[in-house]
Amino acid sequence: MGNVVQRQTRGALRFQLFRKMAGLELLSDQGYRLDGRKATELRKFQARMGVFAQADGSAYLEQGNTKALAVVYGPHEVRGARSRIRHDRAVINCQYSMATFSTAERKRRPHGDRKSTEMSLHLKQTFEAAVMTQLYPRSQIDIYVKILQSDGGNYSVCVNAATLAVIDAGIPMRDYVCACTVGFVDETPLADLCYAEEGGGVSSLALALLPRGGQIALLQMDARLHQDHLEALIEAAMTACKGVSKVLDQVVRQHLQEASVPSAE
Amino acid sequence: MAADMRLPTIQKPVSLTFSAFDRKDLVVPGDVITSDTGFMRGHGTYVDEEKLTASVAGEVQRVDKLICVKPLKTRFNGEVGDVVVGRITEVQQKRWKVETNSRLDSVLLLSSVNLPGGELRRRSAEDELTMREYLQEGDLISAEVQSVFSDGALSLHTRSLKYGKLGQGVLVQLSPSLIKRQKTHFHNLPCGASMILGNNGFVWLYPTPEQLEEEAGGFYTSLEPVSVSDREVISRLRNCLLALAAHKVLLFDTSVLYCYESSVHHQVKDILKPEVMEEIVMLTQQKLLDQEG
Repeated sequence: MGNVVQRQTRGALRFQLFRKMAGLELLSDQGYRLDGRKATELRKFQARMGVFAQADGSAYLEQGNTKALAVVYGPHEVRGARSRIRHDRAVINCQYSMATFSTAERKRRPHGDRKSTEMSLHLKQTFEAAVMTQLYPRSQIDIYVKILQSDGGNYSVCVNAATLAVIDAGIPMRDYVCACTVGFVDETPLADLCYAEEGGGVSSLALALLPRGGQIALLQMDARLHQDHLEALIEAAMTACKGVSKVLDQVVRQHLQEASVPSAE
Repeated sequence: MAADMRLPTIQKPVSLTFSAFDRKDLVVPGDVITSDTGFMRGHGTYVDEEKLTASVAGEVQRVDKLICVKPLKTRFNGEVGDVVVGRITEVQQKRWKVETNSRLDSVLLLSSVNLPGGELRRRSAEDELTMREYLQEGDLISAEVQSVFSDGALSLHTRSLKYGKLGQGVLVQLSPSLIKRQKTHFHNLPCGASMILGNNGFVWLYPTPEQLEEEAGGFYTSLEPVSVSDREVISRLRNCLLALAAHKVLLFDTSVLYCYESSVHHQVKDILKPEVMEEIVMLTQQKLLDQEG
């Protein structure tokens, strides 16, 4: 039953995409987007930490219709090539994969293609900026992220899910890493893009932020945008990331309250 | 065949002590604990612009001027004297590598094991070549932490007859934070089985040996068949441990024994059902509270 509904909404989104190509706007005159959000509004978050018992840390995150599962193992002894050992810090190993059923068209390879490898590298760079790796010399931290359903902003949802998983594993971080994808339409920045918006020829930008200090962990943009608009777009992305951080903060605190051992003392 | 079905429900840990809601001492990464510079920085914290900031999500602990944050769940942080249960992962020159749920694999030196033939036996080059005969990859051992290296790796020793290779039994892997530190971690339970509660969260359940084997130096493992009744006791203990761990009850000999006693009128396999688990853990906590007085 749920599957049927999902297929319908996905079909509906595609239909909207066609309509857009035929002239429908991503942002209506009243200031609403395709899915009824305002320009700066984020999608609905649903998250759970500690979903697996066997892993050191794990988390499940839904951001709108994009769903991701993140698992963290470590810090543990470096497996495989001895040459990867760093004597002053831990190595972070990331793997990004997409379930074969996550997109409208069935994927052939869940991971290992060029796009996934690039995404893994970006995740690695993001978490090397946030995790205090110098505390664990000669060890390795594995972060595995899987997209179960893809509806835009895959990178951002992965970063947010992985942040929750790393916190669940008890690995020290400077701050949360929050990520958000923003786009620029009709002189207006749109926060947290969905698939229909991402695919609609919008210049989009993904930003991972350490919100308290305002440091940028990763900034990625592979579309064309006029230089004058860049500042406004980054500003909007930062605001959105700070919004994400508030939501993640709530999730972690809720989890802490529930999971803390009621001490007898 | 009878099938057993239940609807999904949200499981809440049962607790007879006061619930820990709205606790003030819980912090998340990036939370400023104090901007007073008079405090010392402990584990789980860092200094950012002269403010003491948390780097993990957990509970703040203050000892005099030292502030630490203890995460809810973490890998094993060994200390000298801890009893651990571990698995051999690698045989190297003069040492074994042991997986102990620690940040790095622990080291068991050839010079810190008791070889057959008594205390004063010399360790020759031949011993180095026959290391795999004593312990090989995949073997389970019990050991004690001898020292901690500067990078956090542990050095183990088995220089006592109570430590050494483990024979027939069941390993249960739990969170290290659930094990209560005690004088002894080796227990001969009155229900007919023995238990090693490793500080690293690995618990070893085995049938109580008839007599203490001598001269074996801890490498002797009995291959005698274990009786059905013993196996049943061990399985029941295993399920009890999982039940206690699911509800985050500290593990020590008394709590495990009380849990075992509360579970006797259920079948062994039924203990894993959430509602039975809840009932047993509730009874155990009641008994523990009564015993405290």
